[in-house]
Parts: sequence; structure tokens; C-alpha cells
Amino acid sequence: MKRFTLFNATSLTLGFAFLYVPILILIVYSFNSSRLVTVWAGFSTKWYGTLFNNEQFLDAALVTLKVGLASSCIATVLGTIAALVMVRGGKFKGRTLFSGMIYAPLVMPEVITGLSLLLLFIAIGIDRGVLTIVLAHATFSMCYVSVVVSSRLVSFDESLEEAALDLGCTPFDAFKSVTLPIIAPAVISGWLLAFTLSLDDLVIASFTTGPSATTLPIKIYSAVRLGVSPEINALSTLLIGAVTIGVVAASLATKRAAVHRKRQEEMARQAEG
Amino acid sequence: MSNDPFQSWEDPQATPLIRFENVTKRFGDFTAVDNLTLDIYEKEFFALLGASGCGKTTLMRMLAGFEQPTEGRIILGGQDIAPIPVNKRDINMMFQSYALFPHLTVADNIAFGLKRSDMPASEIAGRVEEMLKMVQLSQFAKRKPHQISGGQRQRVALARSLAKNPKVLLLDEPLAALDKKLRQETQFELMDIQEKLGTTFMIVTHDQEEAMTVASRVAVMNAGIIKQIATPDAIYERPNSTYVADFIGEVNLITGKIASGTEKSCKIAWEGGTITAQPREKLAKGTEVRFAIRPEKVAISAKKPAATNAVQGKVHDIAYLGNISTYHVQTETGQIIKAQLANAQRLSRRSFTWEDSVWLSWTDTAGIVLTE
Amino acid sequence: MRRALVISIPYLWLIALFLIPFGIVLKISLSDPQVSIPPYTPHFDLSAGWAGIKDFFSKLDFENFIWLTEDDLYWKAYLSSLRIAFISTILTLMVGFPIAYSMAQAPTEWQPTLMMLIILPFWTSFLIRVYAWMGILSSEGFLNQFLMWTGLISAPLQIINTDWAVFIAIVYTYLPFMVLPIYATLEKLDPSYTEAALDLGCTRSQAFWSVTIPLSKSGVIAGCFLVFIPVVGEFVIPSLLGGSKTLMIGKVLWDEFFSNRDWPVASAVAVVLLLILIIPIVLFQKQQERAQEADT
Repeated sequence: MKRFTLFNATSLTLGFAFLYVPILILIVYSFNSSRLVTVWAGFSTKWYGTLFNNEQFLDAALVTLKVGLASSCIATVLGTIAALVMVRGGKFKGRTLFSGMIYAPLVMPEVITGLSLLLLFIAIGIDRGVLTIVLAHATFSMCYVSVVVSSRLVSFDESLEEAALDLGCTPFDAFKSVTLPIIAPAVISGWLLAFTLSLDDLVIASFTTGPSATTLPIKIYSAVRLGVSPEINALSTLLIGAVTIGVVAASLATKRAAVHRKRQEEMARQAEG
Repeated sequence: MSNDPFQSWEDPQATPLIRFENVTKRFGDFTAVDNLTLDIYEKEFFALLGASGCGKTTLMRMLAGFEQPTEGRIILGGQDIAPIPVNKRDINMMFQSYALFPHLTVADNIAFGLKRSDMPASEIAGRVEEMLKMVQLSQFAKRKPHQISGGQRQRVALARSLAKNPKVLLLDEPLAALDKKLRQETQFELMDIQEKLGTTFMIVTHDQEEAMTVASRVAVMNAGIIKQIATPDAIYERPNSTYVADFIGEVNLITGKIASGTEKSCKIAWEGGTITAQPREKLAKGTEVRFAIRPEKVAISAKKPAATNAVQGKVHDIAYLGNISTYHVQTETGQIIKAQLANAQRLSRRSFTWEDSVWLSWTDTAGIVLTE
Repeated sequence: MRRALVISIPYLWLIALFLIPFGIVLKISLSDPQVSIPPYTPHFDLSAGWAGIKDFFSKLDFENFIWLTEDDLYWKAYLSSLRIAFISTILTLMVGFPIAYSMAQAPTEWQPTLMMLIILPFWTSFLIRVYAWMGILSSEGFLNQFLMWTGLISAPLQIINTDWAVFIAIVYTYLPFMVLPIYATLEKLDPSYTEAALDLGCTRSQAFWSVTIPLSKSGVIAGCFLVFIPVVGEFVIPSLLGGSKTLMIGKVLWDEFFSNRDWPVASAVAVVLLLILIIPIVLFQKQQERAQEADT
């Protein structure tokens, strides 16, 4: 007996207003012709123009993309293996330490992770730049991937893999041709998560980068420390737009697939009886 | 259960404890309960039997107060209960999932309802102890629900729903989660407890054996309406429709037409010959009927017997069920008729085997004639 | 053999890039600052043999930690971080619980959309979401404009550069971490628990307090940990929205490192922060493992 009351409707309305109104204001004022970000002076897209002529921002965006792609791919491979170890590994020596190292980075303050990695890179004498940021990002985002993938693996019917082995697959072959295709949606969302976490990160990148590589968040941070500026609003709008399109498209695709599947099941049932 | 001490439903003077009056419940376009009228009397153990989606659970949830009827009235002890909210109704329910609160101990679960009643706090502990004793779980009082077995959980749920001494106890598929042996034992426990307390029980189930075992009366439901209400033996021996005959137990159904007949006896012409049977009323010649006969009432023999009804066929299949065997006999016209024989002898000395030519026979009172 | 290999890949990676770095932080926190590259001493030098190692250890000391206790900036910053994290966790719970509960009560066909609406901001840049509040909370910002328009206040309130701006931004950015675990617990909750409570005589609000709330405990605990732990070390929010009086240890560490270039003290700050957080982190990990076991 579920009941959606007035209280529920009000909480949801206020909750979502709280979440989305600030973003909407940000977007609206990216089209403001005045440099003053709190006074509306008419519609204009000129800040987008200045943004695209700002080479520093474009360079930073390129570095960010490179770091994001490389680190998310490494994180996905490592995170998926880690999830397999967590869910299927059974008991092994150091399991508690392993699961600790998987969960801890999820809640570890970024300043600590960043500082410790920087000190490591200095200790082993590695040149700081794109490579060190990639290593740092891959490390903390693999833990997120592992959590996403293991939540799917927990509900995975192991008899499917056993059937594959029974039909003559090697364990690796069974994983590749049966398990992986089934957990693929979780692996993909893990990758997406790793990618966005990398695009998003300011603190760890600030610690682990060198003079040669500036990422977009570092650039944005140094700009907004000086105050609100319409170029940053424009840049934010573009980023928000890209993410929204991506997330909405992904969720529509999943929904479509689910509806399609349901319809096919319905048809099969009708054909049967 | 003809020796039941109370058969209020046959007493025209008796007032029912619960009355559903032309109750209809719709969910959007779907009609779950369709203009249903039903009386349930005090101290009855009443079973609502039907396949899933027949409306039996909706009927029970309306009585409990979780749903409101779209049309019609529900009367409890002479009072329309529509304005009474669920938490004020003198009716308690035992949930299919048991819904035992996992954060509370067994004793606290049983005390849960009492703490919200007008029972003085000093009496609650005693009442909980009494209920625990009734279900033989006194030593488990301090355990949490996940620390006891499925059968014990079922008994805690029963104790919790009976603790407030409700006028009516509703049981929603109470034994569905138990394995077969435990289920049978629990059925008898339920009957004992019901008899001892005298509380009116209404059970919802899809398991016909369960309904037949525990209930004083059974209502068979389908598509939101009640097909038949009767005592278990009447439902089995005298179903009023093909649906009920087919739903309860195994049955042979033979389609034919009335060739001739009086109030007492009729002849049914079917493709394999003529059947003599006793109808409930005079049926006009040419009426389409179905003759229903239970397999255990069909005799099987090698030679043609001197019975009112006999038909020849070949043994097509034998299903060995341990205590009995069901013979699937195919007649010359191709119809399969099932006959059951008790396995009084060992399997190796079975009289009939596959492809044997046999005779099936039955008396004129063995089956019934159905027009619906 | 193969299994050991599979286990060892992520294991070694995490040891090399997660565990060893902490060892280094610990070591440097015991070293002395020096104007050199790297700016601390002693250095680990294996070429000097056993004597070198002994020498190395003899030069490590707790000076930096003693320094942390002597300068009240540090312990004030720790306490203030814990206070801000605690208050904002409670605030996030108060805002998040009604949302999670209402989502779970909503018609089933809405739920995927509501979920997406909660997660969507989480995918957009944290920095941008904090930045969005800079324009809203400033003295001539939208909140003040709105409040003056309604007549509730006559002069602009000073919100930005105060603790309140920090609280608002923390609630805003960490809300999904609170809502999702609570929603997940409530959504899994068998509705017959509430029905049973009503059946046994509870009113709706009694059923909510005596059944729904206790049974959503695991989600509430997970949500609180997910907010509290990272907020203690939060840097971006206090640095953009907090005032000079908003002391948070993440910001102190950042300044110690980037402005003062005192690496040993920065490391000591990190070690103490970790020691403070180790209890909630271990509790959180235990709780996660228990939840995962309950699911399987």
C-alpha cells in the first residue's frame, strides 16, 4: 500500500528545485551580454566567442580529454579485475587489506590521496605531467569501477559460466564469451564514471601535475578564485550540456532496450499460449 | 465435514459476522472483484481458493482495510466498515511474507500490536508469554526473526496477528513458504488453534489441498466472481460447473447431448456411446452437457462388466504414483479417460499394462452432469 | 596459479600507488624541512649500508607532530573540520531523507526518471556546481536579490565567505551520496512491513517512526559516512565559498604544501587527518562488506 502524499510531492519538488535552479541560473547568465554576472543586460552569445578564442582553455581541455581517456581505460580494466577478485576470489591471504584498498579511496579526502601520490612520484624521480595524472586518476577511479562492476557480478548467475566450461570453454574463454557480454553494461557505466571523475578532478590533478600539463579544472579553479566570470559560465554551460546529453542518451538507450526486451518477451508468451 | 458442530450457513436465522454486499473493486480498467456477495459466519474457517489474479487477495485486502471497495459495502458485526481505517479495525492479518519486523525480537514483534492497543502495559508481557506458549516458541522470545527457522517464523507471525484477539484473522497464503511435510503439520496446528480460540479465520490460498484440509467452507473464485461456495466434500463431489470440477482435483470431462431424460435420470449421447447419469434437474432433450467423473470412480476390468456404463479402450499410459496408479485409457474414438486404481499389490503383479485392451465402467450415480 | 596472477595485478597496483605512498607520507612527516630539492631531510640512502639505515631512522622524529600541537591553528582546524562535517552531514540527512523517502513512495514508473534526476548533477563537474553558488550567495547575488524582493530583509546578508555558504554548498554537492543509499534501502523494503504495522494498530506516522525509520538504518548510516568522511578533508568548497574564519584542514594542508612549501608539516597534517578518519573509514568498510554479504 504505497501512497504518494502531498508531503512526498512537496519534498520532491523542493528537492529537485534545490538541485537544478543553481545550474539553470548559471546557464541563463552565460547568455548575459553584461560582464556583471548578477545583472541581466540582454541576450548575447559573445562569451562563447571569447571562450573559443582562449587558447589556454582549449589546450587545457585537450590535456583533460587525453588524461580522461587514458586513465578511464586503465581504471576499467583494473577495476573489472578487482571486482572479479572481490566477488569471485574466495578467501585469499590479504583479502581484508585488498577490500580496504578498494573501499578506502572512495571516501579518502582528495588532499591526502593527492599529496601521497605526489610524494611517491618525487621519491621515484618520475617527471610530473600527463603520465603522473593518468596514473593517479587510474588508481582512484579503478575503485569506483570495481564497486559498480561488483554490484552487477553479485547478481550474476554463475551457472552460466559453469555451462560454458561444461561446453568446453577454457576459464578465460568462458569469461570473455559469456560473463563479459552480460556484465558489459556495468563495465561501460564504470568506464563512464571513471571518465567523468577524471574530467572533474581538481585536487589530485593539482598535486600530481607538473608545469607541462594544466587540466581544465585547474584552469577553471585559478580563474574562479578571482570571482565569477561570464566566460566560466559559458564553459560550464557547454560542459553541463555535454554531460546531460550523454547521460540522458545513455539512459534512454537502456530504457529502450528494456522496453524492446519486454515486448519480445510478451510476444513470445503470446506465441506460446 | 458433516459432523461440524457449527454449520451456521445452513441456519436461515443466523446473522453473518462478515458480509460482502455487491462488492466491486476496479484498478483502472481492470476489475479485480466483480459485484460479489458473500457471507461468512462466526467461528468459521473460511477458505478463498483460486488461481493467482482471481481477486481473492484483493477481497481479503478490502476486508483488512488496505483497499477500499469501488462499489458495495463490507459489513462486520452489523457495521459498515468503510469509514474505519485499517489500524482501527478489529481484524488482523498474517502476511504471506510474514512481514516480521527484522529489527525487533520475536517477543517485541508479538508485543507490537498490543503496545498500540488499550491493553495496560503491565499486562502486555503476560499476553506475549501466553502467545509464545501457544505456538511453542517460549525459548525463542529474545531471538531476532533471522535467527529462527521458516516454520518458527510462520508461528511468530501467527502469534503476532492473534495477540490482539481480533474478531477475524486473515491468512494470506500462510503456508506457501514452507516445504510440503511442514505445511501438512502446520495445517493441523492451524485448525487446532482456530478451534481452541474460536476466532473466525479467513484463509486465501491457491493450494486446493490446503483449502480442503483446513476449511469448514471453501469459496472457489475466478476472474473476480465466486464460482461456488460449499463445504470441501460438496465442492469435490458436487461441483456446480466445469470450472470448479476441473480446478479441484482430477476429472474426466465428456461432452455430449441429452438424448432423453427425467428429473431422476438422463441419457447423454456422446461420440463413444451413451452414458446414463443422474442430473440435478430435468434437462431438455438436445441440451449440451458435460459429464464429469473423477478417475477414482471409474473401474477398470479385462472383461466387459455388468455395469450401467461401460466403454472399451486400450491402455495408453500408466502414471505410477506410489499408493495409486492412474491409467490413461484411449477409447476407440480417441478420447482419453483416466481411471485410478489403488496399488494394493506390488507393481510386478499389476493386472494391466501398456496396450492392453480393457473395459472402463461406472455406476449411474458416480458422475455428475454439468451444464455450465 | 592463474588465479594468483589475476589477484596480483590489481593488488600490486593498489599497493604501489595507494599503500606505498602512505608509507612515504608517514616517513616524510617524521623528517625535517630543509631548503633543497626535495625540501626535507633525511633522504633514504641504501649505499651507506646498515649504518646508513640506522642513521636514517635516528634522524626521524616527531617534531612536526609536536609542532601541530603547539600551533593552535592546526588543532582548531581539525576541530572545525569535524564540526563542519558533522553539521553538514546532519543537514544533508535532513534534506536527503525526505527526498529519498518520497522517491521510494513515488509510482514505480517514475522511479527510473527520479533516479536519473538525482544522479545527473553528480555527473556534472563538482567545481562547476560549487562555482554556481558563488553567483547566488554573493552580497549582490540572487539569493539576496530574492530575499530583498520578498521584503524579508532590507539589507543584503553576508552569506558568502561564511560557514553558511560552506554548509549550503556541501549539502548541495553531497546530496546524491546521501539520497542514493537511503533510497536503495527504502526501495528494497517490503511494503508489507508498513501494512503489518498499520494492521496491528499503528497510525501512518507511528508506522513510519517505528518501522520504516529503523529499517532504513543501514542506508542512513552508509549515506552519512559517504558525506562525513570526504567532507572532513574537503578543499574546494571552503576555498571558494568559505571565509577567512572558515578553518578546514584540507585547506590548511593545501596552503602548507603549495604556499609554505613545508612538506614535512603538510605530511604530518595528512597523517593526523588520516588517523582521525581511520575509525569512520573502517566502520564504513565493515558496513559495506556486511551489506554486500546480506545481498548475496
